[in-house]
Amino acid sequence: MTDFLSYLVNGISLGGIYALIALGFVVVFKATEVVNFAHGSLLVLGGYVIARLHTDVPFVVAVLAGCAVAAVGALVIERLYSWRLRDSNLNALAILTIGVDILLITELTRRFGPDILSTGDPWGNKIVDLGFAEIAQARLVGIGVTAVLLAAFFVAFKYSSWGIAMRAGAEDGEAAALMGIRRGRVTMTAWAVAGALAAVAAVFLCAFPTPGLDASVRLTALRAFPAAILGGLDSTAGAVVGGLAIGIAEAMTSGYSVKLAGGNLNDVVPYLVMLLVLLVRPSGLLGTKELTRV
Amino acid sequence: MSDTATRSPAQARAAPGRSPRRVRPATLARVALVIVLAVLPLYIDTSLLTIGLFTMAAVVAAIGLTVLVGTAGQLSLAHAFFLAVGGYGYAFLAGESGVAGASTAQGLGLDPLLAAILAVIAAGFAGLLFSPIASRLRGIYLGVASLSLVFIGEFCYENVRSVTGGFNGRAATPFSLFGWEFTDANTLIVAGVPFGRFEKLWELFLVVAVLSYVFAANVLRGRMGRAMRTVRDSEVAAAVMGVDVRRTKAGAFVLSSMYAGLGGVMVALAFGRLTPNYFSLALSIGFLAAIVVGGLGSIGGAAIGAFFVTAGPLLITRYSSSLPFISDSGSGGYDGGKAAALLYGLAVVLVVLFEPGGLAALGKRLAGRRPARALTPAPSTGASP
Repeated sequence: MTDFLSYLVNGISLGGIYALIALGFVVVFKATEVVNFAHGSLLVLGGYVIARLHTDVPFVVAVLAGCAVAAVGALVIERLYSWRLRDSNLNALAILTIGVDILLITELTRRFGPDILSTGDPWGNKIVDLGFAEIAQARLVGIGVTAVLLAAFFVAFKYSSWGIAMRAGAEDGEAAALMGIRRGRVTMTAWAVAGALAAVAAVFLCAFPTPGLDASVRLTALRAFPAAILGGLDSTAGAVVGGLAIGIAEAMTSGYSVKLAGGNLNDVVPYLVMLLVLLVRPSGLLGTKELTRV
Repeated sequence: MSDTATRSPAQARAAPGRSPRRVRPATLARVALVIVLAVLPLYIDTSLLTIGLFTMAAVVAAIGLTVLVGTAGQLSLAHAFFLAVGGYGYAFLAGESGVAGASTAQGLGLDPLLAAILAVIAAGFAGLLFSPIASRLRGIYLGVASLSLVFIGEFCYENVRSVTGGFNGRAATPFSLFGWEFTDANTLIVAGVPFGRFEKLWELFLVVAVLSYVFAANVLRGRMGRAMRTVRDSEVAAAVMGVDVRRTKAGAFVLSSMYAGLGGVMVALAFGRLTPNYFSLALSIGFLAAIVVGGLGSIGGAAIGAFFVTAGPLLITRYSSSLPFISDSGSGGYDGGKAAALLYGLAVVLVVLFEPGGLAALGKRLAGRRPARALTPAPSTGASP
């Protein structure tokens, strides 16, 4: 039972991180209908800035700088898109982000070389004993920070004028524009928020007990894709549900070391869960069903 | 009205499936290219031959992907997985069990030709298994769902050791046709040049690549190609016209994964060995980049794009000493692979932004023909590059 609880807490913390990344996919998709395949690279970019800066400036400043750089990176993609491609088909947009992804990750891989960097987080390798389970301090802080960020996001999404504008734009872009909502500003904010969230996720994704940050973290970040798809690409609540589901499933299979044909199943569990869900519900758990009108 | 003799040449060209009498210059150019390629092994060294073999394998696989993504409009990142099914399938079917050495890989010891055919069918079957998901999902959901196949595949390559040989991979049996081996063992002398393994494989691959090209061009020109384009443009319209949407999507998926499987078999033969890290997400992304740069839905474009993406890094590495800004791999600078990746990443971005029809449309425009259209190939001559 104690095992179960500690795996559960670990799963929730991992799921929270996935939720932050998945939320980035969802926000961008809702605002611009672009599936951002460069999101994993943006996350590594943010993490890289933090890792390079933290030796010179306080950790918090480094994180803010990382968020800013990742947000600017996302904005560059957004500008490219709205410059020429606003009404192109979805595949073209996805392919644009894949092109940016190739550029970003190639350059980052070259900069990392063989190194694994530390983001310099203040929690180090400390362990907290919760009474029923032991958990890395970084993971615990991760749960807290994620909860605060998610809560702040949902409050902003529901009540702030940006949130209302964005939901209106997602509902019916043309009507929103006629009501005087500036779509450009809304979508820019959406991309920037997604980039910043990714940089925060990078800190916790690379904190103890994982080894640290290198370019392969991009592949770990891609596991949030199943989370976003699982919940439904256009559902913010779905991103959180999907993230937690994937995180817990991964922590459980890893904790109980479930094996398939001799390999650790936790490497592929996010993708297996996603395929199963998609077979039954093609638009995810909470996603809007696509209707076809003739 | 029924007098076909009065049709203008433009109409004749627009009619699908009916070629005008006169041989077009483009066709002549292609025939000339194939002839040049056929005699090339007489002049170039082994390392260039190897690059050529990998490129021809990539061309075949890229043709499959451009049919799926460009013509049928189904975004797929799973191409590396289907290549692996073909490659490992061939190695498993043709390999011998319990060969000397520490390899744990098993094999059925079938005739290589039979094994290659079965491996291609197996790849098509894998595509068919995935198609219940593929045919229900719209474009972008499918793109992400197909991502999962790459990762599930990687898990399998490392763990289903009896087929794949695990992390260190396994050797692939050399090809032989009716007992005639494509190895260095029975070297021919052609025009004073010894034809060993690479030269023979080169000629074999050239034949396979040309056949793949012609077959795909015919499919796209025919009923199935029209059905795929209609599904891409509007599923509702396709259904109204009597096209079975699900079946068409599944068909596109099966065809594309069979092409990928054939490409995988060719990789296995060219490399002589298969390792899991080859079939990574980067391979899928490379193929996607190839067909986008070449021009989505254009078969000739896919071939050019595959050359660009596959031969590019290898050629840059080979001539790195005489190229500026290129350093040796591992030195922290831009080695051949990274320089080429940056180039084709940039090419993808530029193509999507400025010339959605890719190199194919650019070539047509330079030749003074029809203007480019947004990410769709020319409607009735979609098969021509």
